[in-house]
Amino acid sequence: MSEIREQVDVCVVGAGHAGCEAALACARLGMETVIFTVSVDSIALMPCNPNIGGSSKGHLVREIDALGGEMGKMIDRTFIQSKMLNVSKGPAVHSLRAQADKAEYSRAMRKVLENQDHLTIKQSEVVDLLAEDLPTDKLSAVEGHYVKKITGVKTYTGAVYEAKAVILCTGTYLKARCLCGEAITYTGPNGLQAANFLTDSLKSLGVEMRRFKTGTPARMDKRTIDFDKMEEQLGDEKVVPFSFSTNPEDVQIDQVSCWLTYTNEKTHEIIRANLDRSPIYAGVIEGTGPRYCPSIEDKVVKFADKERHQVFIEPEGLHTNEMYVGGMSSSLPEDVQLAMYRTVPGLEHCKIVKNAYAIEYDCINPDQLYPTLELKRISGLFSAGQFNGSSGYEEAAAQGLIAGINAALFIQGKEQLVLDRSQAYIGVLIDDLVTKENFEPYRMMTSRAEYRLLLRQDNADLRLRKIGFEAGLVSKLEMDDMLAKKYLTQKEIERLKNTSIGAAKEYQDFLVSHGSAPLKTSATLAELMCRPELSYEALAEIDKEREWLPDNVIEQVNIEIKYEGYINRQLKQVEQYKKMEKKRIPSDIDYDAIGSLRLEARQKLKKMNPVSVGQASRISGVSPADISVLLVYLRD
Amino acid sequence: MVKTDTIAAIATAMSDSGIGIIRISGEDAVAVADKIYRSKSGKKRLVDVKSHTIHYGFIYDGELLVDEVMVAVMKAPNTYTKEDTVEINCHGGVLVMTKVLETVLKNGCRLAEPGEFTKRAFLNGRIDLSKAEAVMDLIHSKNEFALKASVSQLKGCVSDKVKSLRDVILYEIAFIESALDDPEHISLDGYREKLEQKTLSVRDDLKRLIDSADNGKLLKDGINTVIVGKPNVGKSSLLNILVGEEKAIVTSVAGTTRDVIEETIKLNGIGLNVIDTAGIRDTDDEVERIGVEKARKYANNADLIIYVVDASRKLDENDEEIIRLIADKKVIVLLNKTDLEQIVGEEEFMTLVSENKDLRIIKTSTKEHVGIDKFECAIKEMFFGGEIVVNDEIYITNGRHKEALIEAYESMKLVLKSLADDMPEDFYSVDLMSAYASLGRIIGEEVEDDLVNEIFSKFCMGK
Repeated sequence: MSEIREQVDVCVVGAGHAGCEAALACARLGMETVIFTVSVDSIALMPCNPNIGGSSKGHLVREIDALGGEMGKMIDRTFIQSKMLNVSKGPAVHSLRAQADKAEYSRAMRKVLENQDHLTIKQSEVVDLLAEDLPTDKLSAVEGHYVKKITGVKTYTGAVYEAKAVILCTGTYLKARCLCGEAITYTGPNGLQAANFLTDSLKSLGVEMRRFKTGTPARMDKRTIDFDKMEEQLGDEKVVPFSFSTNPEDVQIDQVSCWLTYTNEKTHEIIRANLDRSPIYAGVIEGTGPRYCPSIEDKVVKFADKERHQVFIEPEGLHTNEMYVGGMSSSLPEDVQLAMYRTVPGLEHCKIVKNAYAIEYDCINPDQLYPTLELKRISGLFSAGQFNGSSGYEEAAAQGLIAGINAALFIQGKEQLVLDRSQAYIGVLIDDLVTKENFEPYRMMTSRAEYRLLLRQDNADLRLRKIGFEAGLVSKLEMDDMLAKKYLTQKEIERLKNTSIGAAKEYQDFLVSHGSAPLKTSATLAELMCRPELSYEALAEIDKEREWLPDNVIEQVNIEIKYEGYINRQLKQVEQYKKMEKKRIPSDIDYDAIGSLRLEARQKLKKMNPVSVGQASRISGVSPADISVLLVYLRD
Repeated sequence: MVKTDTIAAIATAMSDSGIGIIRISGEDAVAVADKIYRSKSGKKRLVDVKSHTIHYGFIYDGELLVDEVMVAVMKAPNTYTKEDTVEINCHGGVLVMTKVLETVLKNGCRLAEPGEFTKRAFLNGRIDLSKAEAVMDLIHSKNEFALKASVSQLKGCVSDKVKSLRDVILYEIAFIESALDDPEHISLDGYREKLEQKTLSVRDDLKRLIDSADNGKLLKDGINTVIVGKPNVGKSSLLNILVGEEKAIVTSVAGTTRDVIEETIKLNGIGLNVIDTAGIRDTDDEVERIGVEKARKYANNADLIIYVVDASRKLDENDEEIIRLIADKKVIVLLNKTDLEQIVGEEEFMTLVSENKDLRIIKTSTKEHVGIDKFECAIKEMFFGGEIVVNDEIYITNGRHKEALIEAYESMKLVLKSLADDMPEDFYSVDLMSAYASLGRIIGEEVEDDLVNEIFSKFCMGK
């Protein structure tokens, strides 16, 4: 039997949001890349909610874009409604969210992939990872060190692709099992074929697997919904694009509406009466589910005192009648689902197109990864997305991008890219994944970013463009845009700090008319801007020397001046944090030789093999005293 | 987390030796010492002196004299820690050393962690490799000891109180954060007023704890007491009674250069560190002035002033001046010599001191041992509300705990400021989180994933 044998640089397994970013990054950095998918029709599929962004996830998209990723550009082209969330709150938590036309999004991304140089799409299931043993010495036998080197993959049809690096982005497909009450199917999301072989291949390479679950609500036929009984949710009048490269004028489109309704006591009664038929409560599901998108069963049980829960009805696209029922994911049987949905105002006569279901899948505990997203035990093997125990399109894309960049840098023999917690939400995301104990699918949250006043969506370009440019994914033009924004912002801030106004009548009248206290002595324009009732825009009247500036510069000027005190406090904290991040731990460190470490700390450190003292300090079970001991030891 | 800022600690044993050394190490060591040091002429600045020199002078806390000292200035790298180091040689005794240390800490450095000087010495290459193990063991044992010691101090209601305050704070952060993460499900409308109430109440609770820390310190370290009064009013007799026949003096250090005597006396279990002017040999002509000068010198620094008045003599302008000086202090006035004819009556005296809310008047006769029991009761009442028995566990006695409480208190004040400035809600949680972390240090708990867990357990999130 003759078999196909090909040589490439990188194999990307899976073409979801992680896989697409990973493959594009590799190909754009000149790597010959193959991306495998069980179905080309499922490229960049959105199998759950029909939107991208949202609190902290919007930040991720902006950061992906700043680094030269694709997601932001794609959603700007295919959104059908857009909203900036949290605008009444501080700038750090403003977050963009857009409803996507799912089919269009998927098509647009497929087109980008198909037309990318150095990239080949292959519809085929990868069943085996090929690897060779590295020469073992005393240390590599210890946990947390390379023992193998990846050499390629093998598909179900027997084709072998030899590769220098492999990136696993298998999403929820590994040994996937969907549950809808008593009805169980062994498929991936949306009835797609599951991948049933790769788990065993991974296990044979010494990778530890675990099982997670997630779920999705039903899709309804729009014609059977009574929208008069719901509250209409409109998009923003002025839409802001996700991508820093998108012309804002191009996103001012006609938008569609979403709709808000509520569950009620009747809904909850039906759920409670049928809990014994829920696979979770009946103990059929073994995987761990996420707490942040609980099924409606979970909500009713855990928050029994709540009289109602919100339900958002969102369109799945412009060319389909399917509507997503946000807030009511479920794994209850079909008949219970229908009865339960029909208690909700506006859904009394609804017809279900697709049932809600829970899905279980294999993934890894990401503490087996370096912060580069390379597996600690297998050189050249990277992974991203739900395979790493995360959840969400944006989280997946962010990891995919980093894994892709690092696979290319790995092959080129260059230093790999690790963003730290003070640089990006992506840094927080990956550090949390590879360092902390995760017991459920990990979702990005704004509260996880301790330096979030610095990590805003409005300055993602200022933070990350340069890194993307140096990596080779950002064009000179895009880079120059950022530099211009930075320059104009700094210049204007300086001017405002150095322009004083006195207590002349004209100024006093202006202040009084804006409900602001009159001046006793002179003040700079920057000082006036710090008053809650004033802003850069408000001062236009008395700021005679002002020149025209683009909106994105004015935004920066306002934020940097108004919140300067808070921002400076965080910058100081970052300084402390960086000191520890910079202290590298050699990968061949022998923790057994450090007698004074407590046993628990020693075991954890051996297992995790942290790259820096900073990372070591965030491992649970490692105390500040252990860190002191480590520092003393490292001085040798 | 290891810091490279400037640290200070008492380097000698916390006992009543003749000399105590406060060591400061780090970039700002000399600058910090310079801020609080005054030479005899007032002209010398420590920032100008040569390395490895020693200087006579005084430590001042603002305008208040703390102690007379010798200060050694040693610049990097030839020091124990290889950093700029200053050693302040002060008078021994828990009281004085603590005062000097507190003054140092107030001026730009922090209290050293256990074993931190040695750790720095090692990290900066001062100690050779063979000692590495010993250093690491030392860090660990000291840390564990400190932790054990501090945890054991915290049993009972204090740790319960700290925990409940943390719970309150965490709930509020979680509420804010869940609303930020899921603005369409959770609304912050009308929340500011509610948070303001909560913040005020937490802030006040923290204040009470901090005050109790002072009480706890008093129990542990003793009440700094000054006996003032004109000569020959009975100060010596009072001291003799307090000390008792069997000379129950814990320390008696006659200052060689200072003109006071410091004694530590146990009074029903309460320690009194008495700075007494009774031991002065009055050779000066203006003897009457001396009592006034003493009061001026020590009144500010004292927890308690015992003002002894000879009730058989008329009050004069010196008494009036003493009364003015102690107007806002905790004072016990002893109208002494009740065995003689009374010229100064209690009521008459009361009118002179009616401004002072923290003042008790007790009639005594030191000659006949009358009124001494009332005097002891008064101390208990004034400092411990009369209810607290010694060794009760309600008090915070640990300096680190107090430091953490003050940090949390300051953070809550910042929350109130953000509220007053009408800042957006996400700014509140910045300082609430700092307060939460500070309080966590007291009970030895780190932040870890508390917040995320709280969000999910208390608030219904998500799609």
